[in-house]
Amino acid sequence: MALLKATKLSKVFGGLKAVSNFEVTIEKGELIGLIGPNGAGKTTAFNLLTGVYEPTTGEIELDGKSVVGLKPYQITQQGLARTFQNIRLFAELSVLDNVKIAYHFHVKYGIIESVFRMGRYHKEEAEIEKKAIELLEIFQLADKKDEISKNLSYGEQRRLEIARALAAQPKLLLLDEPAAGMNPQETQELMKMIQWIKEKFDLTILLIEHDMNLVMNVCERIYVLEYGSIIAEGVPEEIKNNPRVIEAYLGEEVE
Amino acid sequence: MGKNKQMWQSLLACIVVYAVVQGLIISDIIGPFWQLNIVLVCINIILAVSLNLINGFTGQFSIGHAGFMAVGAYLGAVLTVKFQLPFIVAIAGSAAAAGFLGFMIGLPTLRLDGDYLAIATLGLGEIIRITILNIPYVGGASGFMGIPRYTTFTWVFFATVFTVFFIRNFINSTHGRACIAVRENQIAAEAMGVDTTKYKVMAFTMGAAFAGVAGALFAHYFYIAHPASFTFMKSFDILTIVVLGGLGSISGSITAAILLTFISAALAGYPEWRMIIYSLMLIVLMLYRPQGLFGNKEISLAIFGRLLGGKNHGTTKGN
Repeated sequence: MALLKATKLSKVFGGLKAVSNFEVTIEKGELIGLIGPNGAGKTTAFNLLTGVYEPTTGEIELDGKSVVGLKPYQITQQGLARTFQNIRLFAELSVLDNVKIAYHFHVKYGIIESVFRMGRYHKEEAEIEKKAIELLEIFQLADKKDEISKNLSYGEQRRLEIARALAAQPKLLLLDEPAAGMNPQETQELMKMIQWIKEKFDLTILLIEHDMNLVMNVCERIYVLEYGSIIAEGVPEEIKNNPRVIEAYLGEEVE
Repeated sequence: MGKNKQMWQSLLACIVVYAVVQGLIISDIIGPFWQLNIVLVCINIILAVSLNLINGFTGQFSIGHAGFMAVGAYLGAVLTVKFQLPFIVAIAGSAAAAGFLGFMIGLPTLRLDGDYLAIATLGLGEIIRITILNIPYVGGASGFMGIPRYTTFTWVFFATVFTVFFIRNFINSTHGRACIAVRENQIAAEAMGVDTTKYKVMAFTMGAAFAGVAGALFAHYFYIAHPASFTFMKSFDILTIVVLGGLGSISGSITAAILLTFISAALAGYPEWRMIIYSLMLIVLMLYRPQGLFGNKEISLAIFGRLLGGKNHGTTKGN
């Protein structure tokens, strides 16, 4: 059974069809790329999958259950976490607190227990702290755990965002342009890291990216979006040689 | 309870403060005028800390706090005067009623953001006041008179300590972190699985409930609950304390409440100057320290411990 299945998904803003007939099927354990020219509707598609927008038509199934109409936080609780194209960290909070917040919906202690510092409070808080630091160690951010997150370098902020998304313990991770603004060397490291966390956390990943080098190297399958519709789908080799994709990116050949 | 060491230390410090002040009151060193101001300080701390939970920690700009205080004041008075219930029941009832009203008002209004929410809460505070003004059962425009003075320093002090610990512990838990996440970035908070509406309404309800407690204590100290005590000017007074102390700093709110209450007491002889000095202070503060006296930092016993030679090995707070 597919982990994520979107069928006939469309989103209309007024008279603008941002996404139409968007269809993806992602099996468990895959690493899928979603590419397309600027304005093709990639981020809109992400926002539909994560519940930020409600689709005008269509169906989204996560792990066999429909998630259409659920709020973003409910979809996250179903096992789908994301990062943002324009980094959205909790800017004024420490690196550690950023990660701790993502554990929120796994915490079982209630308000009374937290206010009177009893019951499961201490045990669970200690556990969250430990897990958060472990995660930060993986992302080489543990030594900066008390730093205010807006003071981190750009690459570190990107890493922290991924760490935070992983803290929510998702089955499916959506990365919206993880390499945006990174230099080639950072992109190389990111590529390795994406593959590594996929194995380590037993993840399925869907990523949007403009860096073709990254996409072609790490993704197992690629979907190409243009004017809101999927125009091609296949392994990187097929996509590279698909005439419609080349046309979408480079324009038509002149006679 | 080794795990709660810091909390017990703070509580112990509070009891010491209580004993000292109570001792001074009994031995008549603190006269009635300063007693009144100490009670006011405590009430203002409750109001400011509870408003800080809404404005500072959850980032929802509410300026209708006096409305919830009014509900607490009047309901508390009705419970003790008309129903002859014990004071503690009146306080609990006030908290419940103000909290319930906060919940009912919070559900629709917290869909709004920023300025719009501020205007809506301002209006709601006035609606509450005008409604009370038109209920003859509670005295209408002349106010609810003949309320017994049940509020003593002991009551108000421990109510304050309870409020501060309640809100502080709430903030330093996953639920408080969820509120702070809402303030920091609502979209990201949603994406991290935080039910933002729930936490906004929760903070609003809690804040309103504590404002109700403050209202009950207020009415039972001054013998009277009058609609004129709960105008939007009162809401601004509370907001001034919160902003002056620093949005998102409990110790800031406490410090500012003490500071402003005593400044206002010192200026009691010149009521017309009071607001001018208030305003000037705010302008100067916003120019030179826009984040408030304490920003969003906290001072804790641990810092005093270090200053006193590092005897207490207190850890810094999680927040």
